[in-house]
Amino acid sequence: MSGNIRLLADTLARAGKENRAALIAYLPAGFPTVDGGIAAIQAALYGGADVFEVGLPHSDPVLDGPVIQTADDIALRGGVRIGDVIRTVREAYRATGKPVLVMSYWNPISRYGIERFARELAEAGGAGCILPDLPVQESAAWRDRATKLGLATVFVAAPSSTGPRLREITAAGSGFVYASSLMGVTGARAADGEAAPTLVRRLREVTDLPVCVGTGISNAAQAARVARYADGVIVGTALVKAVLDAPDEAAALTAVKTLTAELAEAVRRT
Amino acid sequence: MSAMNSEESGYFGAFGGKFIPEALVAAVDEVAAEYGKAKADPAFATELEELLVHYAGRPSALTEVPRFARHAGGARVFLKREDLNHTGSHKVNNVLAQALLTRRMGKPRVIAETGAGSHGVATATACALFGLKCTVYMGEVDTRRQALNVARMRMLGAEVIPVTSGSRTLKDAINETFRDWVANTDTTHYIFGTVAGPHPFPAMIRDFQRIIGVEARRQILERAGRLPDAAVACVGGGSNAIGLFHAFLPDQDVRLIGCEAAGHGVETGKHAATLSAGEPGILHGSRSYVLQDEEGQITEPCSISAGLDYPGIGPEHAYLHEIGRGEYRPVTDDAAMQAFRLLASTEGIIPAIESAHALAGALDVGAELGPDGLILVNLSGRGDKDMDTAARYFERNAT
Ligand SMILES: Cc1ncc(COP(=O)(O)O)c(C=O)c1O
Repeated sequence: MSGNIRLLADTLARAGKENRAALIAYLPAGFPTVDGGIAAIQAALYGGADVFEVGLPHSDPVLDGPVIQTADDIALRGGVRIGDVIRTVREAYRATGKPVLVMSYWNPISRYGIERFARELAEAGGAGCILPDLPVQESAAWRDRATKLGLATVFVAAPSSTGPRLREITAAGSGFVYASSLMGVTGARAADGEAAPTLVRRLREVTDLPVCVGTGISNAAQAARVARYADGVIVGTALVKAVLDAPDEAAALTAVKTLTAELAEAVRRT
Repeated sequence: MSAMNSEESGYFGAFGGKFIPEALVAAVDEVAAEYGKAKADPAFATELEELLVHYAGRPSALTEVPRFARHAGGARVFLKREDLNHTGSHKVNNVLAQALLTRRMGKPRVIAETGAGSHGVATATACALFGLKCTVYMGEVDTRRQALNVARMRMLGAEVIPVTSGSRTLKDAINETFRDWVANTDTTHYIFGTVAGPHPFPAMIRDFQRIIGVEARRQILERAGRLPDAAVACVGGGSNAIGLFHAFLPDQDVRLIGCEAAGHGVETGKHAATLSAGEPGILHGSRSYVLQDEEGQITEPCSISAGLDYPGIGPEHAYLHEIGRGEYRPVTDDAAMQAFRLLASTEGIIPAIESAHALAGALDVGAELGPDGLILVNLSGRGDKDMDTAARYFERNAT
């Protein structure tokens, strides 16, 4: 079986035709448990998310703020393994037919084996990977496997990225480009001001890839603002927080579904 | 050495690189560019030299320790006295240089991680001297075992933030410092404390610590009339060790011996012996050896020494290990503490517990070499900060 990069591209394109930004949701696998995580991800997809990013929990999530750190910690203490992450992708895709990516720090994939991880992800119906600490210059071996297996490789662009770097990132990337709306770890603060629209404009000058904006979007009002100029709106910390704040798993599922439904409404441009 | 060839791109053989988020790339590249400019500017070298001599007290002494050496197979043992530097360790060499870079970059704020507190104290000191705002992240476990250094940093005007994530030690302090940096690159330079991290830190900090070996090589030639058989240093991230080793790299007859913290013993799993027991992986921005499980999760290290309690190691050491130029040995808590007490009681010098690992290594190397041996040990820091830990250790292990 080949990976679902086409499904990802079609999904983002269709959202554009429907005059809205795609809603891309994030939760780590294994949080609060492997099965609970799968249920939460399915709830987000049923609630209206177009694309899902499944986080691969890491012991040292240097790019994440306290909320996602806590979730990763819970997942790892619960014993989540890479096999569970793959299963999460498979079940989320099977149940909904929507594109599902993995977001991971590079060391776990590098250690697990590039070939092995890529093959298992493609077999599970995954659409690709977002690899925020894998620099383009180090990514050739991964991209080679990913391309052959039909998996997207999404790179992150930052407000501080120079013009030449934006060109490199978009030339090497596939699926979409992840525009980080602010300088900081996930969930750090609200995305405001001109950094995100400026970055999106600069990206559009160098690429035809869809541009999706993430980090710092936590509510419907912010999502609506970003949806006006971005192809996709990425929400992570707010969903993790919804799960953390819920008194039990049933309440968590309801909270996730309600929040994604609100966000899905907000990303419509009309 | 071929280590030099790819250094410009940040690689020592297969190790090094720049595995960082895009949001840090510009800041890290700025450090590399500024360092490049500083290296080419004689004014930078002059200014740094002034500080090292008149502020930090360089060159540091080379002390022969014959009473200690009787326990080292009768070999001659010389200590490079980085403990006598202002602030009490080798860390000041790197910090003064990076403080100059901070000023050249026009950044008003500095952040740093610290384990034992030596790097934190040195950084707080330089910030006081240069009028920079200073925040130091320190694992909560370490704020307790190195309380004296926390007090020193605060007295010097630094903000000390205890880190409560993960194992609450050095690794987690580094994570938190990176998180601060990502959000504040415009105003803030990260004075990294060891020869790990993304390029250019490993090579740049090595250059700033290189003075240790340059001085020691000259001093031991003068005093002993020949090069040592072995140069021995403790290895946390590896800055004092590479600082000692680097000037001896071309001297093939000088063995370069790094002492890693073996905690309760490598076989117990409770240790921080990264080269002895780790495998290649990525931590804190570079590819090197790391302590990790089979799925790439970093495992928690264990050492009585806060400064060595780290599951990674600088990429240049990984390279020296792979090509066989460096020898890396595990030294347990117990062996280090015996050497700690031995140096204090035979020579009147209380070493840092980190440095005591090198002393323990030297006792073994001396026994192997015998009375004709000549050993150079880097005494990377002094033990004032460790008196609580030592008192508690010897109470628990009263003989
Ligand atoms: C006195 C002393 N020696 C050694 C170290 C270990 O660091 P490195 O391996 O970078 O020299 C430390 C770290 O805190 C230290 O304080």
